[in-house]
Amino acid sequence: MARSGEEAKVVSANRLDTGVVVWLGDGNVWVERVEAAVPLSGPAADAALALARQSVEARVVVEPYLVEVTVVGGHPQPLRPRERIRALGPSVRPDLGIQAGTVG
Amino acid sequence: MTHLSSAAAAGIYHYDEIDRRFLAERVEQFRRQVARRLSGELTEDEFKPIRLMNGLYLQLHAYMLRIAIPYGVLSSDQLRALAVIGRRYDRGYGHFTTRQNLQFNWIKLVDVPEILADLAAVDMHGIQTSGNCIRNVTTDQFAGAAADEIVDPRVYAEILRQWSTLHPEFSFLPRKFKIAITGSGHDRAAIAVHDIGIRARSGPGGAVGFEIFVGGGLGRSPFLGRRLADWVPEADLLGWLEAVLRVYNQYGRRDNIYKARIKILVHEVGIDRLREQVEEEFARIRGPKYRLDPEIVETIRRHFAPPAFAALPAVSPALEQARAGDPAFARWTRSNLTPHRQPGYAAVTISLKPTGGIPGDATSEQMEAVAALADRYSFGEIRVSHEQNLVLAHVRQDDLPALWRELGRHGLDAANAGLVGDIISCPGLDYCALANARSIPLAQDISRRFADLDLQHRIGPLKIKMSGCINACGHHHVGDIGILGVDKHGVETYQITIGGTATEEAALGQVVGPAVGYDQVADVVEALVALYLERRGEGESFLQTVARIGVRPFKEKVYGAAA
Repeated sequence: MARSGEEAKVVSANRLDTGVVVWLGDGNVWVERVEAAVPLSGPAADAALALARQSVEARVVVEPYLVEVTVVGGHPQPLRPRERIRALGPSVRPDLGIQAGTVG
Repeated sequence: MTHLSSAAAAGIYHYDEIDRRFLAERVEQFRRQVARRLSGELTEDEFKPIRLMNGLYLQLHAYMLRIAIPYGVLSSDQLRALAVIGRRYDRGYGHFTTRQNLQFNWIKLVDVPEILADLAAVDMHGIQTSGNCIRNVTTDQFAGAAADEIVDPRVYAEILRQWSTLHPEFSFLPRKFKIAITGSGHDRAAIAVHDIGIRARSGPGGAVGFEIFVGGGLGRSPFLGRRLADWVPEADLLGWLEAVLRVYNQYGRRDNIYKARIKILVHEVGIDRLREQVEEEFARIRGPKYRLDPEIVETIRRHFAPPAFAALPAVSPALEQARAGDPAFARWTRSNLTPHRQPGYAAVTISLKPTGGIPGDATSEQMEAVAALADRYSFGEIRVSHEQNLVLAHVRQDDLPALWRELGRHGLDAANAGLVGDIISCPGLDYCALANARSIPLAQDISRRFADLDLQHRIGPLKIKMSGCINACGHHHVGDIGILGVDKHGVETYQITIGGTATEEAALGQVVGPAVGYDQVADVVEALVALYLERRGEGESFLQTVARIGVRPFKEKVYGAAA
């Protein structure tokens, strides 16, 4: 696992049945909050992505990919605006998305 | 199924039983396909093209369902059905697009079969809103109403819809294909920036014919359409289009997605060579099969017969009195009304651009309110414009004061149609998986800067168009002021163009200068508008001022004299 201050990657995908954005967390469980995702570096990130592909086979998620993050206080924060918006919800609708607790 | 009553809504094409049976079968087919996907019988690679063929995308936050609104015409029953879907399956709102369609942003895959069934019940679907096929045919939002109309384009848009729906030969084109048609001298359908643009005209003896343009488009490589034919007789319209599509299908590039649109083919082979190929193909296929039967045209035309207009004087005393007594109402009538061909009536634009609002968004409650107002004031019919507004096409002038008050109760009375606040904006990075930068919050910011409606009216017609990526869904190339969001090393950055237009004088905007940051965009727009106000001549449009003085003064205004 990456340490605070480090740049790392997390795995993200969408749930197959609902489309909800999810992140690969502890114990390879898909979680809806990016803060609960496990930040990884180097080969560990690639291995996590491979694991995520098994979740695709199992029809849990679709389109997994690696997202660049920085680790702050032990929690990953996406680096790019796209992924920050994806993690929270539309910046123009704070009443929607995970930022409002309306996901799922 | 609870199909639309035939109770005479104006200008609505009603499906027949064959259409409805097909749609019902298609819904059940997709229901089985979703079940097979969820059970693992279909992989995502196998399922993805199937869901896209039904308008279902996977976007930034969830699945997005794009629903076709043929040539932007809706019945009140259809709009009410969309409102219910928005409330039941989404988050209580929808987004009207520059393709005259509607998108729901928070859809669950497991709900889609039921949603499609609900849509089918009102003769709607998401077919051909995605994929490399002929997409929803778009047209003038004032079709059948505008005083300057020569030919009603809805008749031919419907014929093209029927011709292109599930056309077996054109379901896997090199790339998507968009057709727009206008029947007026003033082009409100942006035909110059479509793969095929059609201008319906009237010839000797009232014969209808078509001027055809090909190879227009925006995106990464913007081109204006080139004239392919001056006059195609009505009977040959489908034969000609069939020939164009066949030539494109054969010679369009499939090796490079960025070079696959017909505009690239036109650019590479030249319009003269393409015309030769089309004429050769047309000569080869010409015959009864592709001849548009006048009886069919007449059958379709009857669907678009004028509603039961009352005989009224051209000027309504009630309207004039209300104008004189209420400046806010008078201001709204100056921007949001379009002259109607029928004396005593007007076409009303319902702006979906309130100050600080999200362009094109409407809540389920607003949709239901508009549906009710359409029933009361406009023969139960609503239009969606490519500028992301709604239109009640046939309103008695006497009813305008009451309509305006009702619209105000639902936050739908923004007096800014065609003005600075009437901004076209794609969903951008807030919703779209392809976007590089946000566009909606900038549109909101600009809208707030020009919140003073008196100022907007003093500025006059001025179109701001914004896209969050090079795909140009926000038509930025053809805005008086165009704004394109790009990702520069992880930072949202915006390129500004001026002098574009999608009208009959179509032109692509010119870049003003280096791209600017997110926080600077609204300042830049203000500066550009300020210079226009300083330098414009009497009655001169923004476009005319740019043409007269050039881009440099605007550049200096934005970047300083050293620019």
